[in-house]
Amino acid sequence: MTGMIWLYIFMLAAFTGYEVISRVPVILHTPLMSGSNFVHGIVLVGAMAALGAAQTPLEKSIGFVGVLLAAGNAVGGYVVTERMLEMFKSSRRPGKESH
Amino acid sequence: MGGLTSGTASEIIQASYFVTAFLFIIGLKRMSSPVTARSGILWAGAGMLLAILVTFLYPGMTNYPLMLVAIAIGAVVAWVSGKRVAMTDMPQMIALFNGMGGGAAAAIASVELYRGESHGYAVTALAVIGGIIGSVSFSGSLIAFAKLQGLIKGSLRFTGQQLLNLLILAAAIAIGAAVVLGIDTSPSAITTFFVLALVLGVTMTLPIGGADMPVVISLYNALTGLAVGFEGFALDNPLMIIAGMVVGAAGTLLTQLMAKAMNRSLGNVLFSGFGDTGAAPTGEVTGSLKPIEATDVGVMLAFAQKVIVVPGYGMAVAQAQHKIWELCQLLIDRGVIVKFAIHPVAGRMPGHMNVLLAEAGVPYDLIADLDEINAEFETADAALIIGANDVVNPVARTDKSSPIYGMPILNADKAKNVIVIKRGKGAGFSGIENALFYLDNTRMLYGDAQKAAAELIQAVKAVG
Repeated sequence: MTGMIWLYIFMLAAFTGYEVISRVPVILHTPLMSGSNFVHGIVLVGAMAALGAAQTPLEKSIGFVGVLLAAGNAVGGYVVTERMLEMFKSSRRPGKESH
Repeated sequence: MGGLTSGTASEIIQASYFVTAFLFIIGLKRMSSPVTARSGILWAGAGMLLAILVTFLYPGMTNYPLMLVAIAIGAVVAWVSGKRVAMTDMPQMIALFNGMGGGAAAAIASVELYRGESHGYAVTALAVIGGIIGSVSFSGSLIAFAKLQGLIKGSLRFTGQQLLNLLILAAAIAIGAAVVLGIDTSPSAITTFFVLALVLGVTMTLPIGGADMPVVISLYNALTGLAVGFEGFALDNPLMIIAGMVVGAAGTLLTQLMAKAMNRSLGNVLFSGFGDTGAAPTGEVTGSLKPIEATDVGVMLAFAQKVIVVPGYGMAVAQAQHKIWELCQLLIDRGVIVKFAIHPVAGRMPGHMNVLLAEAGVPYDLIADLDEINAEFETADAALIIGANDVVNPVARTDKSSPIYGMPILNADKAKNVIVIKRGKGAGFSGIENALFYLDNTRMLYGDAQKAAAELIQAVKAVG
């Protein structure tokens, strides 16, 4: 693919992010931030590719640290987001919290 | 890979990445409503799992054992700490996970740069930019974590600090440019580049005070997203470009919202204003602090028609959210209308108070944000302020010389009675005296928020 097409993807993704988020109510700011924190955990696939191509000990050690950090980002981001979203409940919904 | 030609593997990977990008966007979209939010994270999680699994099929990859060990360690440590962390400690946990993502992006950049294969100027430049942003986000988030965790106390400030930061940034950019242009691609130049970027993250974050943390956490989240997007370019990985950029844009928007809620421009937050609100207290406050006993407050609340609760960081520190909700349920059972008013920057991260109230079981339709609730204070019999300070300080409306002048506040002072639960008599984070505390209709209930709430519960029960 040519560089220009990448650039278009970049721009459209930026608008998508802006649009998707702009209507989020204040009460979801934390889960949303932590949800997007989880989404950038996708850096793990890049870190795996980097470690997979690493040759020298230096490259391998940095790659190892990169994969470790990225895995922490992805898994930790998921766990805390899921925990927080699970707590949000409405009083109007059936099967609500004990009152 | 066994049985798979590298062409087939590539096609499977690309197709799966496409599906993942779709699932991420759908997931984030579903997170924009409380009703569908829970399913949103499940969709995004499924996408992530798919992308990681197919990445193992990458043609020509080596170091599988190392990779599996690294994933196992990172995943297990994050899983356990993420499950165990208390809701009140969520801001530092998110800062930490975010910093790890930034560190991973920086690690990708450094592996690519140390390897030194030429991909052309544009790609190397993007790897370098992603590297600097990721490094700043990594070390900056670690400092934010240490501050929120109480490992670093106070904020280091000295004259010429901004100049120093600027010099470090300029030096990092200069070396980065030399690497990109092929003037100096030696390992020592690359190492110096990353060290400078890491130092910049530290020096940028050290002077920032606790109340600015919602802006900072949100900013570093956006920066990590950008870094991931840039490394996506360097690795020819469209999934990283899309996910990184979506997060970068979303995080930037959230950062702007936070900055706006503090009446500061993003530029001000980025380049000069970090924590600078700690100026000398200005403006004379007249009147006196009038203490009140819990039993009297109990009677007042029990016979009120409408009570608005304003929680702040003090509630988080005291872990008082459960007791507060217990108190509010008693009042609701008596027929009192209870609402919670949340300022956008209350606490230490965006939406911090909402999470704590949700943890205690407060239904989200009782929680209102600033725009929704401000007109209602006038009709409230009592405003109950729990560990909030600057966000209810009326000098933000009146005193032009005040550092917080112009910041949108909750108009708690308009309520018929104002009860302030507060640990001690000190000023808030910003060092500004709170004029609200001295108003004629304000009474101070001193003590730890959790103990005070327990006393109020007894007092309301005693009313019968």
